[in-house]
Amino acid sequence: MLKRAQRLFAWLLGPAVLMMSHQSLADEVEHWGVNMTQGVTQMSQEIYGLHMNIFWWCVGIGVVVFGIMFYTMIVHRKANGAKASNFHESTKLEIIWTVAPFLILIIMAVPATKTLVKIYDTSEADLDILITGYQWKWKYDYIAEDVAFFSSLSTPADQIYNRAPKGPNYLLEVDEPLVIPTKKKVRFLITANDVIHAWWVPDFAVKKDAIPGFVNESWTYVEEPGIYRGQCAELCGKDHGFMPIVVKAVPEAEYLEWISAKQADAVALKALTEKTFTFDELYTKGEEVYAKNCAACHMANGEGVPGVFPGLKGSAVALGPINTHNDVVVNGVPGTAMQAFGGQLSEVDVAAVVTYERNAWGNNMGDHVQPIDVLKLKQGK
Amino acid sequence: MAHGPAKGLTRWLYTTNHKDIGSMYLWFSFAMFLLGGVFALVIRAELFEPGLQIVEPEFFNQMTTMHGLVMVFGAVMPAFVGLANWMIPMMVGAPDMALPRMNNWSFWILPFAFSMLASTLFMEGGAPNFGWTFYAPLSTTYAPPSVTFFIFAVHIMGASSIMGSINIIATILNMRAPGMTLMKMPLFVWTWLITAYLLIAVMPVLAGVVTMMLMDIHFGTSFFDAAGGGDPVLFQHVFWFFGHPEVYIMILPAFGVVSQIIPTFARKPLFGYASMVYATSSIAFLSFIVWAHHMFTVGIPVAGELFFMYATMLIAVPTGVKVFNWVTTMFKGSMTFETPMLFSIAFVILFSIGGFSGLMLAIAPADFQYHDTYFVVAHFHYVLVPGAIFSIIAATYYWLPKWCGRMYNETMGKVHFWLAFIGLNITFFPMHFVGLAGMPRRIPDYNIQFADFNMIASVGAFLFGAAQILFLWNVIATIRSGKPATAEVWENPEGLEWTVDSPAPYHTFSVPPEVK
Ligand code: HEC
Ligand SMILES: [Cu+2]
Repeated sequence: MLKRAQRLFAWLLGPAVLMMSHQSLADEVEHWGVNMTQGVTQMSQEIYGLHMNIFWWCVGIGVVVFGIMFYTMIVHRKANGAKASNFHESTKLEIIWTVAPFLILIIMAVPATKTLVKIYDTSEADLDILITGYQWKWKYDYIAEDVAFFSSLSTPADQIYNRAPKGPNYLLEVDEPLVIPTKKKVRFLITANDVIHAWWVPDFAVKKDAIPGFVNESWTYVEEPGIYRGQCAELCGKDHGFMPIVVKAVPEAEYLEWISAKQADAVALKALTEKTFTFDELYTKGEEVYAKNCAACHMANGEGVPGVFPGLKGSAVALGPINTHNDVVVNGVPGTAMQAFGGQLSEVDVAAVVTYERNAWGNNMGDHVQPIDVLKLKQGK
Repeated sequence: MAHGPAKGLTRWLYTTNHKDIGSMYLWFSFAMFLLGGVFALVIRAELFEPGLQIVEPEFFNQMTTMHGLVMVFGAVMPAFVGLANWMIPMMVGAPDMALPRMNNWSFWILPFAFSMLASTLFMEGGAPNFGWTFYAPLSTTYAPPSVTFFIFAVHIMGASSIMGSINIIATILNMRAPGMTLMKMPLFVWTWLITAYLLIAVMPVLAGVVTMMLMDIHFGTSFFDAAGGGDPVLFQHVFWFFGHPEVYIMILPAFGVVSQIIPTFARKPLFGYASMVYATSSIAFLSFIVWAHHMFTVGIPVAGELFFMYATMLIAVPTGVKVFNWVTTMFKGSMTFETPMLFSIAFVILFSIGGFSGLMLAIAPADFQYHDTYFVVAHFHYVLVPGAIFSIIAATYYWLPKWCGRMYNETMGKVHFWLAFIGLNITFFPMHFVGLAGMPRRIPDYNIQFADFNMIASVGAFLFGAAQILFLWNVIATIRSGKPATAEVWENPEGLEWTVDSPAPYHTFSVPPEVK
C-alpha cells in the first residue's frame, strides 16, 4: 500500500522537481502567468498582498484537512483490517472548529477593510477623466481640458481570423490610448452609454462597472511611466471580448504637451467643417470611418446580422431621403443598439460615412453629404 | 392491495407514482446534462486556440448563456428533485409524495419549458446571448427577440420548482412514519427540507425579475432603463437576491447525499448529525444576506461593501463545520472505496477547493481583481461540477441497485470516476491561473499569453465529456443485465430505504414502518 502511495508521490513531484532544477520556481510562475499581477500602484500591491495572504491561509487549512483525510484513507481502510469505531459526537470539537475559522476570518477582515476604505477614497484628485463605455469602445473625456476621443480595438481582422500572425499585444491594443500623467492622483468617473461595461486595468487594480445612468468613481496614482493594458470585464454584447483598454502613463511635462496637441487638433478639425469635399474624398474617408465605427454591427459587407443588426445594403434608409439617413446616424434610434453618432463623430466623419453607405455595396445613390449639412442638422436647422 | 404500473406510454404520462416521476426527472436531467455539455464543448472548442475558428462571437455568447441556463435549471435542479422524489418517501417511511398529481404536473411542464428555450436557437436573432445572469439592459433593450420565449421558459421552470418544493415540504412535514422525529431524519431529507424553503422564497423573486423585463420590453415600463428613469443596478439586486440562494439550492442537497454515503462506506455513523443540521440552516439563512458579493464592482457605498464582505466570509464557518464533520466521520472508520464513495471523497476535496477560492473572492478588494475573470469561472465550476454533479452521480451509483434491483459494474464505475476526476481537474484547474493572469470570462478570443492553459482546459473538457458516455452505458447495462442486488446492497447501511426489497416495489410503505 505504502509503495503505491510513494509511486503516486514520485509521479506528482517528479515534474516539479525537474522544473526547479532548471529554473527557479518564481521564474516558472512568471513564465506561465499563473498568479495575479502585483501591478504598479500602491493599491494594486496591497491587493496582491491580501490575495497572497488569504491564499496561504487556504493552503494551510487545506494541508491540515486534506492531510488528515489522506492519512485516514490510507490507514483506516477495511482492506488493512481497520475496525470501525463508533464515536459520532463531540461538542468540544465542534466548538473548536467553529471558533478557529472565525478567528482566522477576523485576522483577514482587518487588513481587507483598511485597503477597501483607501480604495474608496476618491477625494482630492489632480485630474478627472470621464470614461464612457459604448458598444464596443471607450470614450475618454478630459473634463477640465476639453479634450475627448474614442479608443477602440486596433488588432486587424486578419489576425483575429488567423490569416495573419498574431502580435504580442493581440486584442490588447487600441488606436488611441488613454494618456495620464505619472505621480498624480487621477480620478476616473465611469459610466456607459448603452449596456453595462466594466473598466479594468489589472496593473492599477482598478475595476469598476460602467453603468448607464450612473457615474461610478475610482482612482489611481501611477509612479512609473509605462503602457498598461486591460479589457472590458462585463459582458456587453457581441464584441465584449474586443474592447480593450490601453493606458499610457507619461511624465507630467509630456502629458501637458500631449494635451495641447490634442486641443490644437480639435480646432483644426472644427475648421474642416466649413470645407467642401469632393465625392471621392468623402467616399474614401467614409470607408475608414465605417470600418472603425459601424462594421462591428452592420458588418463590413453591409449585410448586418439578421435579426439583430439590420443590413444597410439595399436598406430603405440608405436608399431613401438623404436627410432621414443623416438623422439616423446623428441622432441614433433611441431604445435600440443604434447609437447617436452626432456626439461621437466629427461632422466630416458623419458626412463621409453617410456618403459611403449610400454608395457602397451596390447602393448606387450617387449623392453625397457635406460636413456643413451635418452641422446644420445638429443645430436643428 | 398491491398493483403494478400501467402499461405503455400512458404509464409515464399519467403517473402519480413518486418512483416513476423520480426516474423521469433523472432521465430528463441527464438529457439536459448532455445538451448543456454539448454547448460547453462548443465553447471549449472555440477557445482551444486564440483567434476565431469555429463560431462567431454572437453565437459564442449564445452558447455561454444556454450552457449556464441548461445546466443550472435543466440538469442540476431537476436531478435533485428526481432524487428527492425517489428517496424522500422511502427515507421517511411514506407511501408516496403528499401531492402526487401536482407531482406529475411539476415534472411534465419541464419538457415544455426546455423545448421552448432550446427552440430559440433556431429563431431569427438567435438564442439568448446575455449570459445566464441576463443583466439588463443587455437582456432588455438590447436583447434578441427570442428573449420573450426565454422569459416564459423561466416562468415555467419556476412554477415547476415551486410545486416540487411544496410537495417535498408537505411530504416531509406530514408523512413521516411514526417515530421518525425531525432529528431522526436522514440528512438528505433535512437538506432537502431546507432547500425547498429556499426555493419557495426565491423562485418568485426570479419570476418577478423576468416579469419586470417583460414589461420593459413589451409594455413601455422602465424598471431597468436609465433613460426612462429606471435603474439597471436594481436588476442585479433582484437577480442576485434570487441568485445567491440559488447556488445553495444546488449544493445543499449535495451535502445531504454525501452525508448519506460517507457513513455507509466508513462503516461509522455520521459525525455531528445535529451540528450538520444547524450548519445547513445557518448556510441557508446567510444565503439571503450575501447577494451583493456578486456586485462588489457596481459601486455600492463602502459601508454596504463591508457588510456584504463580512457576511460572505461568515459562510465559511458553517461550511467548514460540514467538511470537518465529514472528515471526522471517515476518521477511524473501516473504509472501502466503491464508486459512490470515490465520488463523495472527491466531492469533499474538490468542493473544499471551490470553497477556498470562494473565501478569496469574499475579500472585496481582492475581488476587484478576480471579478468577472476566469478565476470566478474556476471557482463556481469547482463547487458545481465536483460539488453538485459529483454528488448526483454518487447518489445514482449508491441508490441505482435499490431502484432497479441490479448491481452496476464496479470496474466501469471506477473508470468513470477516474476519467471524470482527471478530466475535470484538467479542465477547471488551469482556469484559476488564466483568471489570475487577467483573462476575463465570456470572451470568444484571447491574448496569446493565455493560450497554453486554454488548450489544456479544452482537452480536459472533452475527456470529461467522454467519461459521461461511460456513465450512461454503465447505467443502461445495469438496468438491463446487472447482477441482482440484495435488499441491503451495501454492508449495513443506515436508513429505511434499505429495509425494502431491491428493486423497491412499486408501492413501498403502504403500511408505515415502525421507527425506534
Ligand atoms: C452597436 C451596434 C451598431 C453600431 C456600432 C452601428 N449601428 Fe447602425 N443600427 C444598429 C441597429 C440595431 C439599427 C436598427 C435600429 C432600429 O431598430 O431601427 C441600426 C440602424 C441603422 C440605420 C438604419 C437602417 C435601416 O434601414 O433602418 C443606419 C443608416 C445606420 N444604422 C447607420 C450606422 C452607421 C453610419 C454607423 C457607424 C457610424 C452605425 N450604424 C453603427 C446598430 C448599430
Ligand atoms: Cu464592454
